[in-house]
This record gives sequence, structure tokens and C-alpha cells, in this order.
Amino acid sequence: MIRPRTGPALAAIGHALPWAIVIVYFYAAPDQLGFGTQVIIWILFAMSLDLALGYAGILTLGHAGFFGLGAYTAGLFAIHVSPDPLLGHLAAVAIAALFGAVTGAMILHTNGVTLLMLTLAIVSVLSEFANQARGLTGGDDGLQGIKLDPIFGMFEFNIFGKTAYLYAAVVLFGWFLLAWRLVRSPFGRSLDGIRQNPRRMRAIGTPVWWRLVAIYTISAAIAGSAGALSAQATRFVGLSVLSLLSSGIVTVALILGGTRRIYGAFLGATIYFVVQDYSAKISPFFWEFVVGGMLILTVLLLDGGLLDLGPAALRLRDRWHGAAKDGE
Amino acid sequence: MLSFALTVLLDGISYGMILFLISVGLTVTMGLMRIVNLAHGAFAMIGGYVAGYLTQNGGNFYLAAIAAAAAAGVLGGIAEASIYRPLYRKGELAQVLLTIGIAFVTTGAITAIFGAFPYPVVFPDYLTRPIDIGFRDYPAYRLFLIAVGAIIAAVLWLVMDGSIYGARLRAAVDNPRMARAVGIDVNRLFTLTFIIGCGLAGLGGAIGAGVLSLEPDYALKYIVLFLVVVIVGGEGSFAGSFVAAMALGIIDTLGKYFVAEAAPYLLYAAVFVLLLWRPKGLLPPKSAA
Amino acid sequence: MTAPHTALSVRGLSKNFGALVVAQAIDLDLAPGARVALIGPNGAGKTTFVNLLTGFLEPDSGTIAVAGETLIGLRPEERVKRGLVRTHQISTLLFENTARENVAIAVAEREGFAWRMLRFGKEWRACCAEAQGRLEEMEIGGAADRRVAQLPYGEQRLIEIAIALSLRPRVLLLDEPAAGVPSHETELIHQALDRLPEGIAILIIEHDMDVVFRFAQEIVVLVQGRILMRGTPAAISADPGVRAVYLGKTAV
Repeated sequence: MIRPRTGPALAAIGHALPWAIVIVYFYAAPDQLGFGTQVIIWILFAMSLDLALGYAGILTLGHAGFFGLGAYTAGLFAIHVSPDPLLGHLAAVAIAALFGAVTGAMILHTNGVTLLMLTLAIVSVLSEFANQARGLTGGDDGLQGIKLDPIFGMFEFNIFGKTAYLYAAVVLFGWFLLAWRLVRSPFGRSLDGIRQNPRRMRAIGTPVWWRLVAIYTISAAIAGSAGALSAQATRFVGLSVLSLLSSGIVTVALILGGTRRIYGAFLGATIYFVVQDYSAKISPFFWEFVVGGMLILTVLLLDGGLLDLGPAALRLRDRWHGAAKDGE
Repeated sequence: MLSFALTVLLDGISYGMILFLISVGLTVTMGLMRIVNLAHGAFAMIGGYVAGYLTQNGGNFYLAAIAAAAAAGVLGGIAEASIYRPLYRKGELAQVLLTIGIAFVTTGAITAIFGAFPYPVVFPDYLTRPIDIGFRDYPAYRLFLIAVGAIIAAVLWLVMDGSIYGARLRAAVDNPRMARAVGIDVNRLFTLTFIIGCGLAGLGGAIGAGVLSLEPDYALKYIVLFLVVVIVGGEGSFAGSFVAAMALGIIDTLGKYFVAEAAPYLLYAAVFVLLLWRPKGLLPPKSAA
Repeated sequence: MTAPHTALSVRGLSKNFGALVVAQAIDLDLAPGARVALIGPNGAGKTTFVNLLTGFLEPDSGTIAVAGETLIGLRPEERVKRGLVRTHQISTLLFENTARENVAIAVAEREGFAWRMLRFGKEWRACCAEAQGRLEEMEIGGAADRRVAQLPYGEQRLIEIAIALSLRPRVLLLDEPAAGVPSHETELIHQALDRLPEGIAILIIEHDMDVVFRFAQEIVVLVQGRILMRGTPAAISADPGVRAVYLGKTAV
């Protein structure tokens, strides 16, 4: 559902805030740009998942497959074809999109647990393949020695990470604009309809399978883009990019922030990595506790993720006062 | 040659027995209450760790295995009453996420209590030695697994086919609405079945520790296997999960022997093809709609 | 073959599940503007018939054609494009959306705007405007901005009809349009049925004999997958065979 609009002033602040934070962080935390870049990349990843899972209702735990494909493509492209980062990025997006289109076409006529299993099977195959194809991917040791040319010949990738951070931020912004437009468009609405009631959409003549394949492809492309950023920012690609665990993490991040809310991915990914960073310092298992606990509470209590805290509190207040906010 | 084939068969079947033991509870849960329970592996894991703890501290293996089943069953009952019941109405995504959360929390708890390294269950001496079965020496442990698995499968079969409970359960899986209409208390049936299923999983985790080794990431690592057994066999299909478990066990074993590197992803590729061909599983119950 | 001015033409439609025969060589023609009611006891196969027409079930044999074009082999959404539209017995709406959005999405789909991802402002506004008009035709224009989940059931049923009409059907299948509607709201539905555009061929499935007699020019009686009889309301209600089958569901 396209949620009802808040007042224009609040909306403007709501939009400016996340981007202001992105910019401020760049200046306020110059020695921790690596962390910031990682968060930005996972925001992008989570946003891609929101399109497929949140809006279109495609039940998938295989999205890391596209992220990983993008990462390995970008890495291998830099090593074997050309160190131009933008070309490599493009190649990654293309490969991820192609894979999304092909697998999507094969599986999107199913739904529910069957679909979930199929996505699990796909990412498992990819993951195992990457593990085995040591010659190509470096296996356990990962793909190393990725060297990149400066972007536009000017902006160099180095240990300070400034280029990587801004590069990721710009890419995120670009995809964000596209996703935002997409979600409000008739196409986006029809996907939301498919999520709510596929039978109703069929009854108005919607070619459901085609629409799902289309959004799955777009979502795969964006996830591939995030993967490419990951490879290029760290100049390294490890097996974890393709892992089931990564699929789980990005799903957790998205749910924490809230699906179908434009900035849900932003909030969720940020919280996830802050929590993970913090709790990893306490002890290795603490983050599993915290993340698992947050997930359980979010599902049980907050239908719309943590971004729902505000509206949920308001609803609670109204119910308390006996006034019906939604005309119930 | 024949000896080799029989070895593979026995290896596969013993592995399959454990998969069946653990997954049978899951297939009924998913088929009966239509809840996607990605935390099912956690119950097997808890059973395993309980048995591991007891046997490492001198306890009798068989008592430890029973304790494992009991612990898993009790925890299952508590979980069902508190967490799973509201899940029914919430839709598949919420179920997936919440149960993943439970699996995470369990993983964290296990790591906290028992540490991150593999945790052994101490089997009695005579199980760890090989037995002469005619054409070769074969691990007694695996024969033990086959025996226990077959006995339990037989008991479950008898219960399903011959008891009122079984009849009610089958009716409820086939058509919950109709079952309610004829007066079957589906909710109570489910609670009881859930507890039994978790108990069996705990037992499987305990005695199967030699095949599925106990580590904190057990729940998340093996849930895919259990799901494969359930989905490929057909949700809610008791016979289907047995067949799928055996098939999975044998295929996996064959893979390990012949195409060691390709084994894991050939398996997943096979699951993929199979699900596309038969989205409802190999032997789905009648009303799988 | 079929005369081009026949809106819906069904010949020899048959379907069985093993020994269970759910449709037996059904022949049915609807001229444009027809008002035909399909009645029959529970389990007669009315829903199955609708599913066969709309493409959710594949027949074992027989043909279905709308305005001369065959529908056999087409997916449900393709049949909608050919002019076969249905409403559902239970409200099948997008409950998170407003009434207007529900209709506008259907209009967008009809017009081919539903693919638009980037440039859509003008087109979407046009869809919303038409949607508003459709709702006003159903006399529920005031509910346009309210979420469907909060609307009374009778209004939800009217939205179903509004959506169906906005798809510009040649043949409209109304599946128990008044089912489940509280008695104080049924008159709205009846009036909406009276106002349905004349050019559309309409097949209404109903149990409520008041509706049937008020609305139908012709009645088809379906029993165990077979058409028992077809005729005017007077002829049908007088027929002893029909009465026997209905066991007391008389409406004379």
C-alpha cells in the first residue's frame, strides 16, 4: 500500500534526514568510512529486497545470490577484463539482471514455501559452486588482488575510502530515485496488488507472471549493483557474499526497518550493522541473540518494522483515548 | 562391487533415518497448521546438546536420549503455546522471519552455554565399534540408527493407520475445516502433535549426533535439509517424508562417494528440478491445494 | 460456427475428475444484452462452470467463445482481455487500498498503463478520474477515499461490480452478487444490477430467488453438471422437475 502522506513539512524533513546523515557522516567520521560504506551497500541491498519481497510479495531467501553474482562479476571483470570500475559495475548489474530474469522466469509461477525452497536451492547451488570453483573465485580465501582505476580517471580508490564511500552514496541515491518512482507508478501499484491478492489481479487481466519476473529482474540488478560496490569498495570478494546467511541478514535488516517504507532499508541496515558491530565486540554470540530477539519482537509486535514505532505509538494513544483514528 | 553398493545403501539409509526422524515432526506441522517453521532444527539441536551434556557427564546413553526427546518436547510445548499459536494467522513471511529469529536466538544461547566447537555425544562402546555383517565390517552405530529409525517409523505408521489419534490427524491434515466441522479439536491435536514432533526431532538430534554433528550453527545449517525432505516429500505427507528422507540420504551418500566435490550442489540442483516438476512434492496429501 | 453477434458461446463443455462428473456437455449461448440466471442446488457445478469459463479449470472437451473468438487455451488474464469478466462470491479486493485505487488499478490495466514505471502522472490521474465516475455510478462516490477494509460489506460488493464494469466486458459473470450482504444493504445491490449497461451479456449465479426473478429474462437450471432446463422464469418455476430438484426452493 502507498501509505497516506504526512504533512509536507514533515515529509521534507523525513526525506532530508537520511541523506543529511549520509553526508554528515562523511565529514564527521573520516576514519570509519569503511564501516559507513558497508552500511550504504547493505542499505542498497536491502532496498533491492524490499522491491521483490516487500512490495511484490515474492518470498525469497536467495537474494544473496544476486549480490554475490554482482560482487564476483565486478571482481573478476577488474582482474581479467578491465580495471575500469564503472564498466565492471555495469557488467555486474547486467549479469545479475540476466540471472534474475532467467531464474525468475523459471520459478515465479510458484509461490509460498515451494518458491522459498526454490530460491534456497538456487542460492545454495551458487554458493557451493563458488566454493568449488577455487580457480575462478579463490574459494575460501576469496578473490583478492582486485585493482581498480580511478573513477573518471580522477577519483582513486585507496585506504582512506573516501572515493568508495561517495561512490556508494551516489549509486544508492541513483537507485533510490528509480525505486521511489517505480513504487508509486502504476507498475508498482499492480505489484502491490499482486502481493495482496493475486486472484483479484488476474481477474482484471494482469499478466501476473510477467510483472513478477520484471520486478525480480530489476531487484536482482540492484542487488548485483550492491554486490559490485562491495567488491570494488573493499577490493575483495569472499564466499560470504553468496551465502544463505547473507540472505538472512539482508532480510533481517529489511524487516527491522520495515518493508514498503521508502527508508525502511536505511533504518534497518543501519541498526543491524551498528548492533552487530557493538555486540561482536562484547562477545561472538551476542549478536545472534540480539538480532534474533529483535526479529522476533519486530514480527510479533510491530507489523511495519521499527519505522512503525511512531505510527504504532500514535495508534496506541488513540485507542487509549477511545478515539478511532482509522474510523474503526 | 556388491559389497560397495550395499555399503552405500546402508550409509544412505542410516543417514536417511535420522533425517526422517527429525523431519517427520516438521512435515506434520507444515502440513497440518501450515506454519513454515524454520526453527525446527533448533529442537533437534537442543535434544542433541542435552544428550551430549548428560553423556559427557557419565549419564547412560539411552536415558540421555530419552531426556533429549523429553526436553525438546517440553520446549516445543512451551513454544507452541506462546509463540507459534499467534503465527497461524500472520502469513508466511512473518512465520519465516519469526522462526528464523528463534533459530538465531537458540544458536546464540547454545554458543553461550556450550561454546562454539563441535559438541560430542558419548555413545556406548559397543556402538562405536564395527560389527561383522557378513560381507564386511560395518559400524554398529549406523546399524543402530537404522534399527531405531525403522522401529519408530513402524510405530508411527501403526499409530497413523490404526489409532483414533492417527485417524483424526490424517483427517485434519487432509481437510482442517471439515475436520473441525465433524468435531475434531484441531488445535489440541496440533499442540500434541507439535510436542511429539519436537520430541522426535530431539531424539534424532541426540542419537544422530554421529551423522549430523552438533555445533551451534546446527539449526541454521541443517534446516535446509529438513525442509527439502518435507517439501520434496509433500507437506503433511508422512509417507512422503519417509521416501524423501531415504532418497536424500542415498543420493547424498552416492554423491559423496562418486562426485565428492559436486555432491552438495548436485543435490540442490536436483531439488530445484524436482520442485519445478512437482511443486506439491512427490507424495502430497490429498487436499494439497 | 458461432454467429458473430453471440456474446458468449459454449458448446459441449465437459469436465470430470475421475468418476466425478462436474460438467456434462454443457451448451449455452448468450446474446449481447442477455440477462440470464444460472441456478441449481449446492454442488450442482455452478462454481465449476464459472472456473471453466474463466480459465481456472481446463475442460476435458468443448469450446468457449466470446464474440466469436475462442477462449480455449487462454490463461485467465487473457480471457479478461477478450471481454470475459467476473465478480467473486466473496469480496476479492485490495483491502489495503482505497475504493478509488481499486477501480483505478483496473482501469490502468485495461488501458495498458499498468506497465508504466517512470512517466505516468497524467495517465494515472485519468484512471483515477474514471474510477471516481464508476464509483459514482454505483452511488458510492463518497467512499472513494476510504480503505476498502473499512467499508461496509454491501459497498464492497458494489466496488466489485464497479471494477468489473470498468474493464468494459462483453460478457459479465456475476457470482452471487448479493451473497453475504446484510438485508438493509441488498436494495443498493439490486438497483445496481438494474442499472447494468444494456449491451453486456450477463450471467448471474444466484440462490436468492427474489434477485433471480427481478433480474433474469431467462433461467438456466444446472444439476450435477448438466443443464436440466432452460426457459423463462415463469416456465421454470412452473416445471415440476425443477421443483423436485430444488426441494422446496420455490419462489412463485
